[in-house]
Amino acid sequence: MNRRPLLATIRILAATIFFSGFPILSAWGQTDDGSVFRLDRLPVLIFALVFSAAVLLYTRWAKQGKPLFIRKIAGIDAVEEAVGRATEMGKPVLFIPGIADVEDIETIAGLSILGRVAKIVAQYDTPLSVPVRYPMILAAGQEVVEQAYMEVGRRDAYDKDMVKYVAGEQFAFTATVNGWMMRERPAANIYMGAFFAESLLLAETGNAAGSIQIAGTARPEQLPFFIAACDYTLMGEELYAASSYLSHEPLMLGGLKGQDFVKIIIIVAIILGAVLATLGAGEWYHNIFDVG
Amino acid sequence: MLENLTFVEHFQIWLRAFLILSLFSFLYKDNIFYKFSEHIFAGLSAGYYVGLIWRSVIVQQLINPMFDNSEWWLVFPGILGVLMFARLKPKWTWVSRVSLAFVIGNTAGIYLISSLHGMIFKQIAPMMVSVNQGDGLEKILLALLVIVGVITTLVYFYFSKEHKGALGVTARVGIWFIMIAFGAHFGYTVMGRISLLIGRAEFLFYQWGGSLTQIF
Repeated sequence: MNRRPLLATIRILAATIFFSGFPILSAWGQTDDGSVFRLDRLPVLIFALVFSAAVLLYTRWAKQGKPLFIRKIAGIDAVEEAVGRATEMGKPVLFIPGIADVEDIETIAGLSILGRVAKIVAQYDTPLSVPVRYPMILAAGQEVVEQAYMEVGRRDAYDKDMVKYVAGEQFAFTATVNGWMMRERPAANIYMGAFFAESLLLAETGNAAGSIQIAGTARPEQLPFFIAACDYTLMGEELYAASSYLSHEPLMLGGLKGQDFVKIIIIVAIILGAVLATLGAGEWYHNIFDVG
Repeated sequence: MLENLTFVEHFQIWLRAFLILSLFSFLYKDNIFYKFSEHIFAGLSAGYYVGLIWRSVIVQQLINPMFDNSEWWLVFPGILGVLMFARLKPKWTWVSRVSLAFVIGNTAGIYLISSLHGMIFKQIAPMMVSVNQGDGLEKILLALLVIVGVITTLVYFYFSKEHKGALGVTARVGIWFIMIAFGAHFGYTVMGRISLLIGRAEFLFYQWGGSLTQIF
């Protein structure tokens, strides 16, 4: 009897339970009555289990070589085109991984995309400039870029000053980057991460400098500015999808497919909830999602 | 009308006006005044943040709790912080990866649960609205608008299938909802920016203008 599928399923379930156990540990001793578990949050745990299982399952399928389809996302394909343009023009590529610190998940997505961009840049031997606002991003950015150069066998071309700390204050950072843009006139500007009030200042200056611009952020209040001033914009979750799309690594693909699976569950949950509410029988169902 | 200003107050107003105008001069083109202000701005912010982090993080969140409240477990995050200095010596750079891995791994883990709880569950529950005739036409329309808007937007961000046929039409409706929301955001934020510009213009006209009048 072939036990591999059974063992694989057990491993997936064990990993899921292990990783999803952290919310329980984080809730330790936090309840008002001193108990360990917040049972009112049980639906969140179940949802986390389902999500984790979906991600692990899709990752496994991707590793086994099963074809996992991801639709084309216009802005992502433009990244390679932009780097190619910079190479032809002999001008640098500017990459800003947002202006938030490393605790922001958008920054991590931005750094992940930076890794892919750095690989393309290293292959084409195009200058790269990554201004950052926080010391932790400086360290993480240098690691990511160095790793990318090593992976394509261009460790010798790596210069740690490609990633540089500019300023801690939001508008001091913006003023410096804007000045640099007008002086160096980069061929391509890529903004991927969390941006705030400086988004339009950066994008408009890049536009005035004649750069091709690709932006991606999950901040709904900044997206309109990027859409207005950039050539391509990755909106919201497209930013998170970008790294999976670019890398085609099983782990990243599994994450993206797992998220899509969760979206279907959410859509079904909303429709079912609305139907039950309309029929006047939805209170119990509503309470499942109305967690404290 | 400004009160009689002292020499120091005049100096402060003139310095502010000079820096504002220097930064505004970038609208014409990059120039020496802009570069001067830019470097002052960047240098000051770097120095300010060193002081701020020393006081609000190292002293208030590490040294004080450790020595005043005997919270000795804080030595572990302290060590993680110290490991970052290993980057100063290229041979030891790898040591700092421990701290980086800790922070990045924690971020991803914390976000997973907080997003599920705060962004998914907290947003699904209010979507379960009744579209019953007895609720009145206005409520029904609003409920339908919200449900259709959320579902079509979610469909737009579905990456596992090509947006063709019914899925394509739904995604197109979703992008309309997204664009209408962006339009509203755009207008709202532009209003905020204009009020900032008015603030600077007011300063230049009233305070700097007042100082000019007093001097000359």
